[in-house]
Amino acid sequence: MKRLLAVYSWAILAFLYLPILVIVVLSFNKSRFGVSWTGFTLDWYARLFANERVLEYLANTLIVAVVSTAVSTVIGTLLAIGLVRYGFRLKRFLRYLLYVPVVVPDVVMGISLLLLFDTVRDTIGWPRLSLFTIILAHISFQVAYVTLVVRARLMLLDPALEEAARDLGATDWRTFLEVTLPLISPGVVSGALLAFSLSLDDFVVTFFTSGSGSTTLPLYIYGKVKTGITPDIHALSTLMVGATILILLLGLLFWRKGGTK
Amino acid sequence: MEQALFRGRRDRKLADGIAVRLEGIAKRFGDTLAVAGVDLDIRNGEFFSLLGPSGCGKTTLLRMIAGFDEPDEGRILIAGQDMRGVPPYRRPVNTVFQNYALFPHLTVEQNIAFGLRMKRMPKGQISKRVGWALELVNMQGLETRRPHQLSGGQKQRVALARALVNEPEVLLLDEPLSALDLKLRQELRVELMNLQEQLGITFIFVTHDQEEALVMSDRIAVMNRGKVEQVGPAEDVYELPKTPFVAKFLGDSNLIPATALEPRRVRTPLGEFVLDEEDALTPGQEVLLSIRPEKIRLFRDRPSLPNVFQARVDDIIYTGSENQYLLKAGGMTLVTDTLNQDILEPGHDEFTYDETVWVAMTPEKLVVVGEAR
Amino acid sequence: MRESASPWQTLQRLLVTVGPGAFWLLVFVLVPSVLILIASLMSRGNFGQLVLPLGLHNYVRFFTEPLFWEIVGRSLWIGFWATVLTVLLGYPLAFYIAGHRHKQVLLLLVIIPFFTNFLIRVYAWIVLLQREGVVNAVITAFGLPSANLFPSTFAVYLATVYTYLPFFVLPLYAAVERIEWNQLEAAYDLGASPVRGFWEAILPQTLPGLLAGFLLTFIPAVGTFVIADLLGGGKITLIGNLIQQQFGAAQNWAFGAAVSMILMSLVLLGLWLYARAQGEKGLDELV
Repeated sequence: MKRLLAVYSWAILAFLYLPILVIVVLSFNKSRFGVSWTGFTLDWYARLFANERVLEYLANTLIVAVVSTAVSTVIGTLLAIGLVRYGFRLKRFLRYLLYVPVVVPDVVMGISLLLLFDTVRDTIGWPRLSLFTIILAHISFQVAYVTLVVRARLMLLDPALEEAARDLGATDWRTFLEVTLPLISPGVVSGALLAFSLSLDDFVVTFFTSGSGSTTLPLYIYGKVKTGITPDIHALSTLMVGATILILLLGLLFWRKGGTK
Repeated sequence: MEQALFRGRRDRKLADGIAVRLEGIAKRFGDTLAVAGVDLDIRNGEFFSLLGPSGCGKTTLLRMIAGFDEPDEGRILIAGQDMRGVPPYRRPVNTVFQNYALFPHLTVEQNIAFGLRMKRMPKGQISKRVGWALELVNMQGLETRRPHQLSGGQKQRVALARALVNEPEVLLLDEPLSALDLKLRQELRVELMNLQEQLGITFIFVTHDQEEALVMSDRIAVMNRGKVEQVGPAEDVYELPKTPFVAKFLGDSNLIPATALEPRRVRTPLGEFVLDEEDALTPGQEVLLSIRPEKIRLFRDRPSLPNVFQARVDDIIYTGSENQYLLKAGGMTLVTDTLNQDILEPGHDEFTYDETVWVAMTPEKLVVVGEAR
Repeated sequence: MRESASPWQTLQRLLVTVGPGAFWLLVFVLVPSVLILIASLMSRGNFGQLVLPLGLHNYVRFFTEPLFWEIVGRSLWIGFWATVLTVLLGYPLAFYIAGHRHKQVLLLLVIIPFFTNFLIRVYAWIVLLQREGVVNAVITAFGLPSANLFPSTFAVYLATVYTYLPFFVLPLYAAVERIEWNQLEAAYDLGASPVRGFWEAILPQTLPGLLAGFLLTFIPAVGTFVIADLLGGGKITLIGNLIQQQFGAAQNWAFGAAVSMILMSLVLLGLWLYARAQGEKGLDELV
């Protein structure tokens, strides 16, 4: 019985990795077409890095991810603190609103933001669809995730610790800086990492809120899949998977260091 | 109950003056009245305990003194200053929290230095003061440990040092010993008492442990349902409870309904008793009498004492150093503790199950604790 | 926190902490939702733009044309069975991970695909399943005729299960970790068979995680358009595809908005059923 479970589980894990592995292997394959192995090469990577458009899309992707993560981490952390620490009217409503970006299918999220940007542009002539609108859109779902992650961490925090700080002469601001923030920092960092990878990962919302000149890597891959896959996409995908694993391990390291729980 | 221990603190000389004054304090959380009108004066240098069951409002009262909660009604004066609107970080008090609330991301040293750092004390001075505080609680050598590397007792000491290093006017202690095991608790009690005597700081000590309160305190306020039932020196509160609640909460007590016949004579289900009450009763008045289990004396033959009656031994409970007899008489069950009788009446332990014994209740130990309801 | 602070101070703190987040959620979540509602009641202009008059015509059209019923039915059908398959795969896996010596490592192995770019994962399946793909290469190597695996409904199922498996395993794993195994021992002690013991003592303990995982898989599986778009080869229209087409090629935003409202109400219905089963606390477990 135990053996069976082990075999079954490893088979599923293999299922999870098989497609990714195939892409990684093919990215080093000489053959332009088909999947038969014709020799090792780094040509596709070279070709990828020689492609200025791809580099531009990479830059776009990173700009969106970095800016949106920075903004959503600050806003989300503050919101989490407010939600946990204070009682106020509309709190319940706000909490429900927080779940909307988490549970709404991303198509709906995408078109709703498209409608918003379109309506505003029709009225005041700004903003046109661009990296800026993509960033606004990403923040909108990132805030929810950051808030929920940080809030979970905050709720583990003994409120007596903040009281102790105040009791020992720390003003609100110093209590936040010296006690609250260091203690929730693992939550803040993992919230930020989650937001970052959500931004890198997002295709659907970006699809609806991007305009000309604001192509990101997922949009580029989508276009290539529609028109015909070339091995340099394998190379691009391999690099993105590698980056993902790197970010994850970094996050794990920080979480281990910061929190004993 | 070890009486010898708390007698030791009875005659301590205290400085004059009031450290904390509570005037008509009331606090409501939603529909519940947590504190329902409390007036107290706590003297300078006093070891003062707030004693009561959980939910009696003692912790809420402490939190209002610390400034974490603001009273709905009444005034709190600390060293003569009205504390209304004064945030916790500007009050001359410090708190030892129930679960210590040590900062997990800081070392022992950094924890203790926290308050001084907030006051922007120069670095050199801080380390001097921290060294002093560590010595005070015998924690030298553990400066660089983190809270999760400390034992419960060590955490307790750090929490104490962290508060005391700021030289507060008043130290607030919220059930500081409740998380420790019995032996450690008893050790730390003595240490706390010595520390308090040595520093002369006013301690306000919240506890639900009556023994702790009796042993350590100069005075105790017994609280129940948001109200102070009785305030006084430990011995008074124990020996002369003013209410049935106090009689029951501080150690065991036998409560006996009685009707006054004369100012110092009552009728009870156990027979007619004479009292040694200072406040004479009005004939016809319905009252409750209280007597501690260890104050009930048992005899095989009828003694020539006041307030004697016969009872049947219903059960015998051996609790190590003591024997408890459950007696049936007049439709009531009485509890006795035979610790003191060992000395007075050799051979009493021959009483057996179902035996009929003579019971004597010394008038001065029979206390009126309130009107019968 | 109950603090001693003047109302003015409290308001200040609220504005600083909750203020920006509340503003953001209002402007970028609530307002757009309201806009969808309004747009769904408007009409299509000559260039696909939104124009008056207002009315329920988009909804009427949706509910009177069998084609759209079919699309909704197909979305729910595929979403449901894909989720069931995911449960069958993921449920034992969560137990295996929780009972493993190196469970942290195994958990990481599930999390990595979770964070890997969604589009790459979908695209990988095309590479595997296409006519000259890896799977066919293996099949023909055994002398069998190559199969038409892509584009197909089968490919859509496969990629959907593959994509959302981590979404299911992670919340379930959290529940499995919290299982009190002595309940199973108690059940055995009281005479339950292993199957009965699992059914009575273990399954109920994993139910919150199971429901959360089910919902976290089902909702995106019903709402996605990319998987059906890429692996169905444009032949399988789900409700998500319908919405995308209205905002894209079909240029009928008003109708697209109405379809979005219908998808939203399906989601809300699911959440409502879930909240009824789990209580309000259950919503937190979703994340």
